[in-house]
Amino acid sequence: MKKNGAQVFIECLLKEGVDTIFGFPGGAVLPIYDALFDSPMRHILVRHEQGAVHMADGYARATGRPGVVVVTSGPGATNTVTGIATAYMDSIPLVVFTGQVPTALIGNDAFQEADIVGITRPCTKHNYLVKDIKDLQRIIKEAFYIATTGRPGPVLVDLPKDVLNAPCELKYPDKVDLGSYQPNYKGHPGQIKKAMDFILSSKRPVVYAGGGVILANASDEMKAFSTKLNIPTTTTLMGLGGFPGTHPLFLGMLGMHGTYCANMAIMNTDCLIAIGARFDDRVTGKIDEFAPFAGIVHVDIDPTSISKNVRVDIPIVGDVKNVLKDLLKAIPPQGAKDFKNNTKEWHGQIKSWNSTHTLSYKSDPKGKIKPQYVIEKLYEATKGDAIITTEVGQNQMWAAQFFKYDRARTFITSGGLGTMGFGFPAAIGAQIAFPDRTVIDIAGDGSLQMNIQELATAVQYKLPVKVAILNNMVLGMVRQWQEFFYNKRYSHTCISVAPDFVKLAEAYGAVGLRARKPDEVEGVIKKALSIKDRPVLMDFRVDPAEDVYPMVPAGQPLNKMLLV
Amino acid sequence: MRHTISVLVTNEFGVLSRISGLFSGRGFNIESLSVAETLDPKISRMTIVTSGDDKVLEQVNKQLNKLINVIKVHDFTDEEHIERELAMIKVTSNADTRAEILSIVDIFRAKVVDVSPRTYTVEITGDEEKIGAITELFRPFGIKEIVRTGRIAMARSPKQK
Ligand SMILES: Cc1ncc(C[n+]2csc(CCOP(=O)(O)OP(=O)(O)O)c2C)c(N)n1
Repeated sequence: MKKNGAQVFIECLLKEGVDTIFGFPGGAVLPIYDALFDSPMRHILVRHEQGAVHMADGYARATGRPGVVVVTSGPGATNTVTGIATAYMDSIPLVVFTGQVPTALIGNDAFQEADIVGITRPCTKHNYLVKDIKDLQRIIKEAFYIATTGRPGPVLVDLPKDVLNAPCELKYPDKVDLGSYQPNYKGHPGQIKKAMDFILSSKRPVVYAGGGVILANASDEMKAFSTKLNIPTTTTLMGLGGFPGTHPLFLGMLGMHGTYCANMAIMNTDCLIAIGARFDDRVTGKIDEFAPFAGIVHVDIDPTSISKNVRVDIPIVGDVKNVLKDLLKAIPPQGAKDFKNNTKEWHGQIKSWNSTHTLSYKSDPKGKIKPQYVIEKLYEATKGDAIITTEVGQNQMWAAQFFKYDRARTFITSGGLGTMGFGFPAAIGAQIAFPDRTVIDIAGDGSLQMNIQELATAVQYKLPVKVAILNNMVLGMVRQWQEFFYNKRYSHTCISVAPDFVKLAEAYGAVGLRARKPDEVEGVIKKALSIKDRPVLMDFRVDPAEDVYPMVPAGQPLNKMLLV
Repeated sequence: MRHTISVLVTNEFGVLSRISGLFSGRGFNIESLSVAETLDPKISRMTIVTSGDDKVLEQVNKQLNKLINVIKVHDFTDEEHIERELAMIKVTSNADTRAEILSIVDIFRAKVVDVSPRTYTVEITGDEEKIGAITELFRPFGIKEIVRTGRIAMARSPKQK
C-alpha cells in the first residue's frame, strides 16, 4: 500500500534521529496525528502551542539536538511565534512544522489560514512552504540541516493538508544540496596567528565568552584555553556553564547585572578575547565607552556578529570549537612564560576587585525570606548538580548570580528575547530529555502564570520538574526600574491577586509546598527533591523589596554600577 | 554614500520579500531595486541601490550573505562598472515646441516611442545623470508623466589581456 505525505513525514523524522515531538493537534495536521497513532515516535501533548515550542527549545538546549514541534494551521501556528522568536534570538536549533490549509485554498482567507511563513520570516533562520509533495523530503532534510549547522536557529516548515494526504514514497535524501548556504567552520590561520601574537603581547587580557561556546560544545576547549594561558574569564548570561562557575579564573557574569570584578576587568583590559558572544547592549552598557583600552579579538561563526556593535581588531570567523583548538595549538611550546610574567600585576588587580563588592545581600534570618537565599539553598541541596531554567526578571538574574554552573547546558534561560513564561515549559523539555536528572525552574510569580497551563502536561507525563517560585507578588524587575528611575511610581506592577500556588498545584494533580520563613526553606527544598513521580511547585514567599545588584543603568558605561 | 549592489538569489517564491524584509527590519535604505532572471532560470539577479556609511554597508553585505537563498553579493562601488536606468517621459508638445523636443531627443540619443497630438513619449536609457539632465531640459515644456526603472549595473571587462 502506498503511503501518504504524513506517514512519510514521520518516517523522515525517525530517519533524522528525532525521538520526541512536542505538539498539539488540529484540522490541518490530522493526517500527521493519524500517522502518529501507530508510529513509534514519542509525542508530548502540550496545553498551548507556545509551551510546545519552549519545551522543544529546552530539550534542544539541554541536549544539543534539535527540538521538533508540530502544530496546526492558523491559531496553532500563530501561537508558536513567541517561542520561535525566543529560539531565534538565542540561536537554538528547532524545526517547527505547521499545518496549512490545502494549497488550492491558500490566499483565500480560508478557515484557519494564516500566512505563517510571512509572519515568521524575520524570526526564523529560514522557512518553507511545501507546495508540492515531491519537495517534501528534500525540504525536511534541508530544514534539519539549516537548523543545526552554522549559527543554529529555528526553521519553520509549513505543510498544506493536501500535501500531507498526497501519495508518497519514502526516499529520504542523505545529503543536502544547498550551494547558497556554506557556513565557514575553520578559522583563518593567519588570523589565528595574529590573534595569538596579540594576546601574548598583552598585559591585561580578559576572555569574554558567550552562548556560542555552549552551542559549539566547546566548553572543554574554552576551559583549556583560559587555564593554559591563565586568563581571567567572564561569561555572558548565555555563556554561563560554558566556563566552570567555581573555577578560580572565573569572574562571574558581566553586563548590566554582572559582577563588579567582571565589569571592572572589561573597563580596564588591554586585550578582550570575545568567544561566541555578540556584544549585546545588556552586556556592553554604553557602547562608546565599552572596553576603552582594549584591542578586541572576536571569534564567531556568524560574520554578521562581527563589527556589528563594536569595532573588532582581529576578527576570526569560524566554529568556536575549531578556532579554540587552533588557538591552543598556536600557544608557543615553551608555554608563554613571558606572557604569564607580564600579566602578574593584572592578576593582582583582578584579585582585589574580586574581593570587593562581591555578590551579596542583607540576610534577615528572623524576618522575610530573601530570594537569593533560596537560590543558595537550592545550590547546596543539589550540590550544583541540576539543570536550572529560569523565567525572566529578577528571578533570572539571581539564578545567574547565586547558583554556580560548572557544566555547559545546565543553565537554560531566554537571554535575547527575555520571554516571560519560557522557564517552565523549557524545564519540562529538559526533563523529558533527562528523566533522571534534577530540573528546576527558578521562577517569578508573574512569569510562571504565563505558561502555567503546562502543569497538566508535566502531570500527564509524570515529570518530576521542580518550580521554585520566588513569589514577591510583584512584577519585580519592572518594579525595580520604577523604584530606581521612575520615582517609585509603581504603576501596574502589583500582582498580589494571584492563585494560591499550593492549591493550584494540587488542583492539577501536582504537589504544592510553601515556605514563609527562612527556616522553612531547606525543608521545602528537601521534600521537593524527594518527589520523583510528579511536578512540584515550591511557593517561597520572598521579600518583595529586594533588588538585583549590581546594576548598570541602561546607557551607562560598565563601571557606573549601582552597588548594594 | 550610495552603493550599487548585485545580489544573485535562487529563483524561489518569497525571495523578494526576504530581501526587502531584511532591509526594512534592519533599517537599511533601498533607493531602487530591480529583479530579473539570469541566463540560468533557477537564479535571479537583484540590483539594489542603497546608501549608508561603511559600517552599514558591511552589515548589508553580511546580512544578505546570511540569507539561505542568497548565492552571491557583489558591491560595484570600488570598481569600474557601467550603470543604466531606463525612463519613459511623456512630455507636452505643440507645433512650437516639437522641433526643439526632437532635437533634445537627438542629442541624448533617446527615442520617441509614442506620439499624440499633444504629447511625445520619449524613451531614454543611461546613467542617473543623463536621465536627470534630459528631465531638466524637458521640464519647461511640461512633463505629464515619468516612469523610471531601478538601476542595473555590470562590471567592465579588464582592458589589458
Ligand atoms: C512576555 C513578556 N512580557 C513582559 C515582559 C517585561 N518584563 C520583564 S521582567 C518582568 C517582571 C517579571 O515578573 P516576575 O515573573 O514576577 O519576576 P520577578 O522580576 O518578580 O522575579 C516583566 C513584566 C517580558 N520580559 N516578557
